[in-house]
Amino acid sequence: MGILDSIPHVQAVVSHRPSPRAVVTEVGWQAAIDRLVEGSLTLLGFWGEPAAVHMALLDGGSAEIAVVTYACTAGTFPSVASRHAPALRLERTIHDLFGPVPTAADDLRPDLRQWLDHHAWGKSYPLSGRNASRDARPYQFLPAEGEALHQVAVGPVHAGIIEPGHFRFTANGEHVVRLEQWFGYTHKGIESLMQGASLGAAAKLANRTSGDSAVAYAFAFARAAEAALDVEAPQRATWLRALMAELERLANHLGDIGAICNDASFALMHAQTGILRERCLRAADVAFGHRLMMDVIVPGGVTRDIAPDGVSALRALLAELRKVFPRLVELYDNTASLQDRTVTTGIVKAEYARQFGAGGYVGRASGRNFDARRTLAYAPYDRLSFEVPVLDAGDVNARVWVRIREVEQSVELIEQILDRLGPGGLETALPPGIGRGACEGMALAEAFRGDVLVWLRLDDELRVERCHLRDASWFQWPLLETAIEGNIIADFPLCNKSFNCSYSGADL
Amino acid sequence: MRKTLLESLTHGSLTEPAPAPDQAALAELATKVNRAAEARLGRSLAIREVDAGSCNGCELEIHALSNAFYDIERFGLRFVASPRHADVLLVTGPVTKNMQQALERTYNATPDPKWVVAVGGCAVDGGIFRGSYACVGGVSETVPVDLHIKGCPPSPVDLLKGLLALLEHVSAKR
Repeated sequence: MGILDSIPHVQAVVSHRPSPRAVVTEVGWQAAIDRLVEGSLTLLGFWGEPAAVHMALLDGGSAEIAVVTYACTAGTFPSVASRHAPALRLERTIHDLFGPVPTAADDLRPDLRQWLDHHAWGKSYPLSGRNASRDARPYQFLPAEGEALHQVAVGPVHAGIIEPGHFRFTANGEHVVRLEQWFGYTHKGIESLMQGASLGAAAKLANRTSGDSAVAYAFAFARAAEAALDVEAPQRATWLRALMAELERLANHLGDIGAICNDASFALMHAQTGILRERCLRAADVAFGHRLMMDVIVPGGVTRDIAPDGVSALRALLAELRKVFPRLVELYDNTASLQDRTVTTGIVKAEYARQFGAGGYVGRASGRNFDARRTLAYAPYDRLSFEVPVLDAGDVNARVWVRIREVEQSVELIEQILDRLGPGGLETALPPGIGRGACEGMALAEAFRGDVLVWLRLDDELRVERCHLRDASWFQWPLLETAIEGNIIADFPLCNKSFNCSYSGADL
Repeated sequence: MRKTLLESLTHGSLTEPAPAPDQAALAELATKVNRAAEARLGRSLAIREVDAGSCNGCELEIHALSNAFYDIERFGLRFVASPRHADVLLVTGPVTKNMQQALERTYNATPDPKWVVAVGGCAVDGGIFRGSYACVGGVSETVPVDLHIKGCPPSPVDLLKGLLALLEHVSAKR
C-alpha cells in the first residue's frame, strides 16, 4: 500500500516526479501528521510557498516517498511542530519567509518565535509577495530555572575558524542542563535568489548552499531538475558524479576525524588526517579542475570529463590512503586517553535518531539504518557494491567509527568506479522549453553528513519558479541539544565537531 | 603511534616552498595601509577569521593553511581566538544582514593598528548572493577593507600569496 493510500487527498499533482504529490485538506494533513507521530513515516522535508505548505514523507520500510500539500487559503495551516517536534525549525522558517501561520489547539500552542528573521532584513516575510510587517521583539530563549544555574552565551562569532551561530548554555557548575541553539546568521536568501533563475544560475547557488557539500547539492539539484524534465544524464556522467561525491565524502571525513581528535587535544591525528585531506583535494583538482569540485555537476550531466591524468592521480591517492589510513585507525583505537574523551560522550538516543529521521553518521551511529545511496539506490549506486556501517552506541566514538568505516567504503567505491568507467557522453541536452506548464521534481543525494533533499518547480521556459534545498543538518542540530545534556561544557566542542552540522546549509 | 611518529621524523618535510607574494595585492595595499601603523608591527601577524555568511567553502581553504603542506605559522602568521588579540580580520561571505552587526562589533573590538582582508568572491561584492534582501554585499560596505583575495573559494596558495604580500608590505615599511 502506498503512502497516499492511507492519507485522504483531494487531488494528485500529475507533473510531480518521480514520487507522487497530492493536495490534502485538513483531514489528510492531520492523517499525515498522525503517521509521523506514530513513527510509521519519517519527515523528509517541510517547506512553504506564499499560499501552500508541503511535507515530504518517507516510508522507511518500502523506501517510498510522497509529498502532501496543504493550501493555506486562510493564511494558516495546521501546525505540524506542535505534534511532531522534528518539524519545529522548518515550521518557524516557513512562517519567517512566507508568512502562513501555524495553528493548533490552545494546549498545543505553536512556537512562533522567529528563527531566521533577526529583524535585520528591512522587511518581514520576504518571500510572501506582500508587504506585511511583524513586531520586532527581542529573542526569548526558553527558560531553565534553579538556584545554582547560570547561563553561558556563545557566538555568533566563535573562537575557531567556523561558521556563525548562537549557543545558549544553561549550566549547573560544569554540567550542561540545557543547550538552546539560535541560528539564521548565515541566511543569504538562497530560495529567493533561486526564484526566476536559469537552471545554470540556480545550479551555481545549489553548489554554494553548503560549500563542504557542493558536489552533493549539485548532484541532488541536477537529479531534481532531470526528474522534473523527465530526462536522464548519460551513464558516464552518473559515474563521474558518484566519483566526485565519494571524493568529497573522503575529504570531509578525513578532515573531521582529525578535527574531532584535535578537540580532544590529540593533535597528531589532526596533522596526519590533514595531510590525507589535502591529498584528496589535490587529486580532485587534478581530476576535475577545482579542489571542491564546484560547478562540475549540472542538470543533464557534467560540464567536463575527468582529466587525462586524473585517473592516475586518483589511483595514487587510493594507494596512499590504503597505506596510511589503517595505521591512523589503529592509532585512534589504541590511544586510551583519546577514547576516554570520546566513549560515552554526547550520546544521541536511538529513539531520537529515528523520530527526527537523522541522516548521515549522526543517525547511523544511533542505529538508524538509512543511507540515500542504499535505501533509494539512485544511479549509479544501484550498480555499485558497498556496505552501510550502522552502530548503536550513539556517542562521539560511534560517530567517529561510522566515519572511519565510510572512508574505507568510499575508497572501495572510487576504485570500482575507476575500474568500470566506460566511454560515453557527458551531457544530455535539455529541452529548450516544455510548453505544458510547470513541472516539478524532487531528489535526494547522500552528502557526507547525510541526505540532501532538493525540490523544485520549473516554469515552461525552464526557469526555477520555486526551489527548496533541505540539508541533513535540520534534523541533526536539534539532537545536539539533547546529546550535550548532562555532559560538561568543555566537551561541547568535541560533541559539536562529531556532528559537524552545516550552518549555511540550514540557514539558507 | 611510535611508527607514525618515527616515520614523520625520518621522512622529509611535506611543507612546500613559499609562493611569491601577490603583486596585485601589494599594489592594492600600497594605496591603503597606514604607514605610521605599520611601523609598530614586526614580521608577525595575528589573524582572526570572521565568517560573515559564507557557504563555508572559504573556511575549508583557510583551514588548509594550517596543514603540513602550507604550514602558515612558519611565516609568523597565526590564527587567534579573539579579535582582541588580532592584527588582521580575515572576513568571508557576502555579509548577511544577520551578521552585519556582529562584524561591526568584531571590527570595533580589534585594537589598532588593524587590517581587514576580504576573502572570496562573495566578500568582494556579494558574489552570486548580491542583490538578496538578506545580504549587504561586499565586506567594504560594512568595514574598511585593505586587501581582497578573490576566488570561489581562493586556493590555499592564493590565500598565502595575499597574506604574504600583507606581511611583506607591513615589514617593508618598518
